[in-house]
Amino acid sequence: MAVRLCRVQVASAYPITPQSPVSETLARLVESGELATEFVDVESEHSAMAVVSASSLVGARSFTATSSQGLAYMHEMLHWTAGARLPVVMACVNRAVGAPWSILNDQQDSISQRDTGWMQMYARDNQEILDTIIQAFKIAESVYVPVMVCYDGFVLSHTNMPVDIPSQADVDAFLPPYKPQYVIDAADPRTYNAVTLANPRRDASGLMRQGYMEFRQQLHEALESAHDRIKQVDQEFAAVFGRSHGGMAWGYSLDDAEIAMVTMGSLGMEATVAVDRLRQRGCKAGVLGIRAFRPFPKGEVIELLRSAKTAVVFEKDISYGSEGAVCSELKAALYGSQARIPVHGYIVGLGGRDVKARELEAVVEGLTGAGAMDGRQNGKPRWLSLG
Amino acid sequence: MKANVLDLPEKEYLLAGNRGCAGCGLSLAYRHILKALEGKALVTVTAGCLTVIQGMYPLTSVQVPSVNTPFASVGSAASGLVAGLRALRRKDLIVLAFAGDGATCDMGIQALSGAADRATDFIYICDDNEGYMNTGTQRSSSTPFGAITSTTPVRGNMRFAKDMPKIMEDHNIPYVCTTSSSYPLDLYEKMRKAKDIKGTRYVHLYTPCPPGWRFPTAQTVRVGKLAVETAMVVLYEVRDGVFRLTGPSKKMAEEGKTRPVTDYLRLQGRFAKLTEQDERRIQDWATRRWQGYLERDSRSKAAASDVDAQEPSEG
Ligand SMILES: Cc1ncc(C[n+]2csc(CCOP(=O)(O)OP(=O)(O)O)c2C)c(N)n1
Ligand code: SF4
Repeated sequence: MAVRLCRVQVASAYPITPQSPVSETLARLVESGELATEFVDVESEHSAMAVVSASSLVGARSFTATSSQGLAYMHEMLHWTAGARLPVVMACVNRAVGAPWSILNDQQDSISQRDTGWMQMYARDNQEILDTIIQAFKIAESVYVPVMVCYDGFVLSHTNMPVDIPSQADVDAFLPPYKPQYVIDAADPRTYNAVTLANPRRDASGLMRQGYMEFRQQLHEALESAHDRIKQVDQEFAAVFGRSHGGMAWGYSLDDAEIAMVTMGSLGMEATVAVDRLRQRGCKAGVLGIRAFRPFPKGEVIELLRSAKTAVVFEKDISYGSEGAVCSELKAALYGSQARIPVHGYIVGLGGRDVKARELEAVVEGLTGAGAMDGRQNGKPRWLSLG
Repeated sequence: MKANVLDLPEKEYLLAGNRGCAGCGLSLAYRHILKALEGKALVTVTAGCLTVIQGMYPLTSVQVPSVNTPFASVGSAASGLVAGLRALRRKDLIVLAFAGDGATCDMGIQALSGAADRATDFIYICDDNEGYMNTGTQRSSSTPFGAITSTTPVRGNMRFAKDMPKIMEDHNIPYVCTTSSSYPLDLYEKMRKAKDIKGTRYVHLYTPCPPGWRFPTAQTVRVGKLAVETAMVVLYEVRDGVFRLTGPSKKMAEEGKTRPVTDYLRLQGRFAKLTEQDERRIQDWATRRWQGYLERDSRSKAAASDVDAQEPSEG
């Protein structure tokens, strides 16, 4: 649906549970002529990313989707696509990574690709997936950095909810056609992604050109600049379609919250339910939802947590030997700010383990009672509902 | 259509003074390939010697648009370029994928097979210098039996090379050919032919490599010719499933002459450690293969004359 609305010109995908419905639907719509997209039915995810990377370079708006092992298999091409500054958009249907095998949900797959130079945005519900893909093209194509739109496998990928589908005319007005950085032209031949040396070097006309390190810094700056762009695009989207998804990060009942539950993706919905019930019991809790993980919403996090005395992160990934990735990011964002609050890290829901709002409530109540400031924030991550 | 030297366009698309080694068969061939396509190509190149020949940013030696892509992905990158050009309704450029034997026969075989399976409309060139030259002459699955490489340094490579053009033939694509940088006109003719065919065209191009094969830089053309004259390399094409020997190999078949493989092997330092028995094995291998090609060639001829015989006569 989003692919059609965005007038995607080239799509390529390889099936993997729980992404398969996306590949199948794309193939069906193209075959039946309902979708005027070039669909390339590749033999692997490495190839899927190579295809959309190349088609994007030629100047075609390009899309792919994957999960888990498929995303891991793409790893080399993820770096390549971001390094080549190609505004590809990819849906990542979050799923656990083996061994051992699991087809169920967690976010270890996309978190493992954190440093490939892609932006990462996480959607809470099905409406947000659709809207974020539309926004993602606009963001990607203005800063020339690819965007991964992540959503939880099965939790969101295999559930139905009524979704408001924007009109084609509105999307066309919101999302102008893709303008590539270069037009491939035999009369002005260029070599793309050539070998680059350590130091800047003069070109044939004597002009100094970047070395490898300057290219890396430019990519970093592009992601930094995307920070404002993400917020701006969400606002523009809200102006046209009447829905905002919070830009970089969203808050729920945070204004007077003493304890903030920090989440990413669909877990935010459970946390919201938990907060409503906690509030009924007089516990001043709120939710901070991370929408963009890269670039990370440093300023927003500090701002949204201004009233909180404690933060507790619930996340579906683990940086082995350290702690959850969101927990580390949050601590890094708070470091040096005025907010000297304890941050507790909980690993939840790996490999599809059910996360119940009730369990989240119990953790929060435990932390707001006596002994909440026991300094555990510097300690090890805790694992929720282990057997 | 026999080409002669005067047919070659004068315009150069590969500039002189590039980073190829002296005597590089690959640069020689690349020059003629781009001439055959008259610069109307969008090239995609995988990691290997050609990446280096094309130059270091911000300088380039190549006068056609060229897109570098990782080692295993040249087949799929080509599919992406084709899909992108189609989506933009552009018909001005032929997509030309270029990969070494390592990138073709080893890591990239999956993406190439996928591209051929999808009947991607492009020309794929495997430049076969019989090893991973860019990374310092390691063995590939296209390295000949007996060759010393940096990963078979003591006894030499003890496996015979994979038959990559045969593998591509079995993908039922419209055009497969073998050619060599030592016969630029054969190469030129085949590229001109491939240019006008739709679908996946696979060109297996032998490119002698002085540092990797250890022969003097002035001997590139000679070494490449001896490979063909000894039937270590056989030049042929398979058009819509019909096999035929071409150029010098065809002439050898007609004259019933091949040279002993020794003539080829002894010019190259990489074969310095061959035992007599090794050499016999190589000779047997070459003879057996040559016989096989001769049989295929005569079968095709017989089939063609059957068809002629069945053709109703005019009048
Ligand atoms: C995934 C990956 N593994 C290894 C390499 C290192 N590498 C670069 S070029 C090359 C060998 C190239 O050999 P070949 O394809 O035969 O081309 P040639 O250099 O001989 O032209 C290798 C192994 C790489 N670039 N990518
Ligand atoms: S190593 Fe061989 S193939 Fe590579 S540039 Fe040198 S001569 Fe050419």
